[in-house]
Amino acid sequence: MKNAIEVKNLVKEYKDFKLDNINLEIKKGCIVGLIGENGAGKTTLIKSLLNIIKISKGNIKIFDKDYIKNEQIIKDDIGVVLDNMFFPEILSPKDINLIMKDIFKKWDEQIFNKYLKDFGLSKNKKIKEMSKGMRKKLEIATALSHHPKLLILDEPTSGLDPVVRSEVLDIFLNFIQNEENTILLSTHITSDLENIADHIVFIDNGKKVLDKSRDDIIDNYGILKCDIKYFDKIDKNDIVKYKKNKYDCQILVDNINEIRNKYKDCIIDKITLDDLMVLMVKGEK
Amino acid sequence: MRIIISNSSPVPIYQQIKDNIIDQILSNEIKENESLPSIRNLAKDIKISVMTIKKAYDELEKEGYIMSVQGKGTFVSPKSLELTKENAQKEIESNLIKAIDIAKEFNIDKKDIFDIIDIFYGRDN
Repeated sequence: MKNAIEVKNLVKEYKDFKLDNINLEIKKGCIVGLIGENGAGKTTLIKSLLNIIKISKGNIKIFDKDYIKNEQIIKDDIGVVLDNMFFPEILSPKDINLIMKDIFKKWDEQIFNKYLKDFGLSKNKKIKEMSKGMRKKLEIATALSHHPKLLILDEPTSGLDPVVRSEVLDIFLNFIQNEENTILLSTHITSDLENIADHIVFIDNGKKVLDKSRDDIIDNYGILKCDIKYFDKIDKNDIVKYKKNKYDCQILVDNINEIRNKYKDCIIDKITLDDLMVLMVKGEK
Repeated sequence: MRIIISNSSPVPIYQQIKDNIIDQILSNEIKENESLPSIRNLAKDIKISVMTIKKAYDELEKEGYIMSVQGKGTFVSPKSLELTKENAQKEIESNLIKAIDIAKEFNIDKKDIFDIIDIFYGRDN
């Protein structure tokens, strides 16, 4: 078994939105980043994967087993952080420990306490008294404390300051020290992923538009910037997407080294995932 | 070992990792047979994706600088210093050939080239 997650022809239809025929393979031992603008379908995809919402069509395998049929068994090996906190605010980490002990067979009180200590969280503080960053860290600590093999995280770093985000990323890198462990996380803070994700999946308007390794994207994609007049001189085959602005043109290319040699008098910047997202969503073809 | 990565450099990160390691083999800061950190460990420590490090290690291994021993880890190859010197020499040769071509094109004497080398080689001493 090489894949932690395998999704085939997944469709989730709402009245006004459709997650359209998503195919996905997530290899074990990887960190996979799910990116896309708000409302693109990231959360819908994650909730579909976890059978929190019922899919319209398709097939989901986690650890090589049909997830919907084997949910109860597989769930023990998955740690989840969703966008909104699912604990009542009057609970404290101490209460959560007691609850989780009953839910997860492999719940590890010692590890949970260790995470609380590492994250600087007090056992008796009620959630309602915690800052946003503390809540997020508590959720992550909870997700990690039953020794999962797969972490599925929806926006785990949103609302966190750069220092806490960097701590959280350290936790993720620590988690995949075991090469059997896998992380799927969605985010729109793409800079978090730029260096640590092995693979990027980009969803736009319910469709998967890009599914490539981090190196492939960051090392090969780029933005060529030129004026409107120069735009017509550019070979249409070199253009992945383009955006004409008032004072310049930005062209997304996917073979930066060739482009650098071909258009020597243009500015060609390395891509950031933010630029990639904007051009893929807003650019024309 | 030291690994310094620039995020603004146009050089891909896997290449920067390779260059860092090769430079230190050449300067003998990383010695032959010395063990290197595991891919996942290094990924954690420098906060770079596992796949990127793997690509750097794979290429270093293919080019003969390092070798991985099943169950034991990754080591600097016994001949790596020689290899880096050889590669450096090849690079010198190809650059000298360019210089000689230019010299011939403009009828510049061999002796003049040697003089230039003398001046620049001894510059720092």
